[in-house]
Amino acid sequence: MDLAGLTIAKARRMIQAGELTPVQLLDAVNAAIEKTDPQVGGYLSRDYERARAAAEKADTKLPLGGIPVAIKDVINVEGAPCGCASKILAGYTSPYDATVIKKLRDAGAIPFGRTNMDEFAMGSSTENSAIQITRNPRDPERIPGGSSGGSAAVVAADEALASLGTDTGGSIRQPAALCGCVGLKPSYGRVSRYGLVAFASSLDQIGPFTHTVEDAALVLQAIAGHDPLDSTSLDVPVPDYSATLNDGVKGMKLGVPKEYFVDGMDPQVAARVREAIEVYRGLGAEIVEVSLPHTKYAVADYYIIATAEASANLARFDGVRYGKRAEAPRDLADHYGRTRGEGFGKEVKRRIILGTYVLSSGYYDAYYLRAQKVRTLIRRDFEEAFQKCDGLLSPTSPVPAFKIGERMADPLQMYLADIFTIAANLAGICAISIPCGETETDGKKLPVGLQIMAPAFEEARLLRIARAYEAAVVS
Amino acid sequence: MSAPQLDVRYVADLVRLKLTDEEIAELQPQLDHVLSYIAQLNEVNVDGIEPTAHASAVYNVFRADIPRGGFTQEQATANAPHSGSGLFLVPKVVES
Repeated sequence: MDLAGLTIAKARRMIQAGELTPVQLLDAVNAAIEKTDPQVGGYLSRDYERARAAAEKADTKLPLGGIPVAIKDVINVEGAPCGCASKILAGYTSPYDATVIKKLRDAGAIPFGRTNMDEFAMGSSTENSAIQITRNPRDPERIPGGSSGGSAAVVAADEALASLGTDTGGSIRQPAALCGCVGLKPSYGRVSRYGLVAFASSLDQIGPFTHTVEDAALVLQAIAGHDPLDSTSLDVPVPDYSATLNDGVKGMKLGVPKEYFVDGMDPQVAARVREAIEVYRGLGAEIVEVSLPHTKYAVADYYIIATAEASANLARFDGVRYGKRAEAPRDLADHYGRTRGEGFGKEVKRRIILGTYVLSSGYYDAYYLRAQKVRTLIRRDFEEAFQKCDGLLSPTSPVPAFKIGERMADPLQMYLADIFTIAANLAGICAISIPCGETETDGKKLPVGLQIMAPAFEEARLLRIARAYEAAVVS
Repeated sequence: MSAPQLDVRYVADLVRLKLTDEEIAELQPQLDHVLSYIAQLNEVNVDGIEPTAHASAVYNVFRADIPRGGFTQEQATANAPHSGSGLFLVPKVVES
């Protein structure tokens, strides 16, 4: 069985019609991984026997009954490794399920496979993985984006129907755009973070990668909702996302933020996004120009707030309770210093040092406190824009997938890859990237992503806007 | 904040991160570059602006004080690099 073109919705219909069993589906996914993943490198590991046992007793009446879902290596699955693609967590086995995993299981889905990522989700190309390189399924010379590069690549390469990733500054949307699949970042507080290894706690959200918007709605339906184990998950009712999916955009006002078409962006990316905007106009949406005046400060703001939070969150890796420990330490300080010095990769070290510095005595007000105030201004930009429109349309990434190694020498260039995605995390709103055509770059056809943003907890509207384009252009 | 020097060696020591001389030589200019980029936030007028610590402002979230299951001692120490008798073993901290 070929997985190309197989969506969750279609697999579900086949399973319910008795044309496909969960075991056959799992075997097809497993065969696709064996065939394709040696080239892509999206998976770090998988436990076929355990997934097979789950498939054999899958309740096919449940909404995701029998659907295998690949999981980013930063989300805990009981009995599976959770290494965050870091040397410091080599050999770690999760003693519990994250809430999203429990919810997936409750919906009948089967967690299958651990996907590669930038170490501790820090990066935009998955090159910061301490374990392996993941290649873009469209061009093996190029990166898949990051940090959830493995989760994006395995869906785009038809080695998974769906996967979970995490998005702190664009880590779902940017790789989805660069690999050519759908990637959804829910609003902050929509999905529980319990069992997610924290990078930047005020920004992190878990969300799905899928082939279609319809599938994204199905996975979000399963994982969304309040969780008493995550005090930042909000107690807001979860609507039926599929019910309004096909209601269209006629009469909606869609804003195009003028700051999201910048000098230096790839002209073909800009052209594809402009064409997508015209599709929306043709579907009866009113297109309005809006301004998000503090956009240019978002990357700088993010690299203060995210690194500050990361420096605190990563203090837990001390070589005592879990992880790798340096050999024969002289004393406790040597134990900590060498355990962390040997265990963390370069980008993680860079961010821990930057985050520690911006929080340190004497610099806190100048950096961290100021960054929090600028965050307020960025949030207000969106509040004001959403007074004038129902959703925002922009590119997801200013460029298509770049070449492996191209940006590794210059951390700042890598940070700027997230220039259009970071503000949504700072503001806590929901956003999605959907495929909107291709560029012709060095003889390769590379995917372009359209980013749609909507106010916090308006995922139903977000998915409806996304689906309208997909229905008009794809199927 | 007219580019106060971030001393990589000093900050790394604060955060218990032992770096090699080569790493410091590489990180120092990279972080200086990132800090000079970040300095553009100085252009923004933030007078009278409240800081945002979190995307959704929720305060004092309580749950019912009911005991619930946790890890067993065996589960809790299962991933420890060194453990014994259900305890985490660490280098000697107090000098004899």
